[in-house]
Amino acid sequence: MKAALLVFPGINRERDMARTLRLVSGQTPAMVWHAETALPAGTDLVVIPGGFSYGDYLRCGAIAARAPIMDAVRAFAAKGGLVLAVCNGFQIACEAGLLPGVLMRNAGLKFICRDIFLKVERSDTPFTRGYNAGQVIRVPTAHGEGNYAADADTIARLEGEGRVIFRYTSPDGTRDEAFNVNGSTNAIAGIVNGRGNVLGLMPHPENHVEQVIGATDGRGLFAGLVDHLAKAA
Amino acid sequence: MKARVTVTLKSGILDPQGKAIEGALRSLGVAGVASVRQGKVFEIELEGGDRAQAEALLKQAADKLLANTVIENYRVEVLG
Repeated sequence: MKAALLVFPGINRERDMARTLRLVSGQTPAMVWHAETALPAGTDLVVIPGGFSYGDYLRCGAIAARAPIMDAVRAFAAKGGLVLAVCNGFQIACEAGLLPGVLMRNAGLKFICRDIFLKVERSDTPFTRGYNAGQVIRVPTAHGEGNYAADADTIARLEGEGRVIFRYTSPDGTRDEAFNVNGSTNAIAGIVNGRGNVLGLMPHPENHVEQVIGATDGRGLFAGLVDHLAKAA
Repeated sequence: MKARVTVTLKSGILDPQGKAIEGALRSLGVAGVASVRQGKVFEIELEGGDRAQAEALLKQAADKLLANTVIENYRVEVLG
């Protein structure tokens, strides 16, 4: 795995992400500053981490989405390269046009910082091959703007094409508005683009990869990516 | 030349911030408020004095950055 981890001013989860990538893949990711115009040669995974790029000014992710490096990321994704966008990264990916829709203020207006439950809807993607379809995982979440919204046609297309990959559910995988922490349409927590090579999700699987933390449910995502890239090479 | 771009949420888009402000107004005893929607106003100073050019430039600014047209509408005004 040759991961490129994007760094924008105001991002603060890039070190957790780098640690997880190193831990699971055995390789150190390249930290790529937003003002760069090219990704390192041989990059096979771009990761857009979480944080508060540009202090969430204007709209979450709006300014980072227009940074010089993003043209290179769009070109990389257009060629089928894998992009993992977490939390603020998901907001940046939506603003950059890599994914449809937008992440609005949480319906309850509160910043949510706790573990939540996600149902893995599909296991046949490069991002979820480390899980079984229907499996429920416990991962941390930390965001104030994670309320996924899009027009009705876009939602119908996402659902019809099986592009909703993660959903907020109860611990046993039941759809229940009480567990839809931020009020997202259809309890959507993570989606892929039409080609299936760009994943955006609000929760932080990178923070549940070591037993010392108390849970390792996030590890499957990274282990699956390592496996996928090893087989593709 | 002075100009203004006003960005508002499209109708039908949930606005929890507007709702919270609406509730706060009610609890302050400001009577007669039926609903509140929150938006943004950008006050922009432009170089040059051509109105048509200014409007085109403001539209470009709104489309490229100031508004997310998935959820927001915008209005540009050249104030002179």
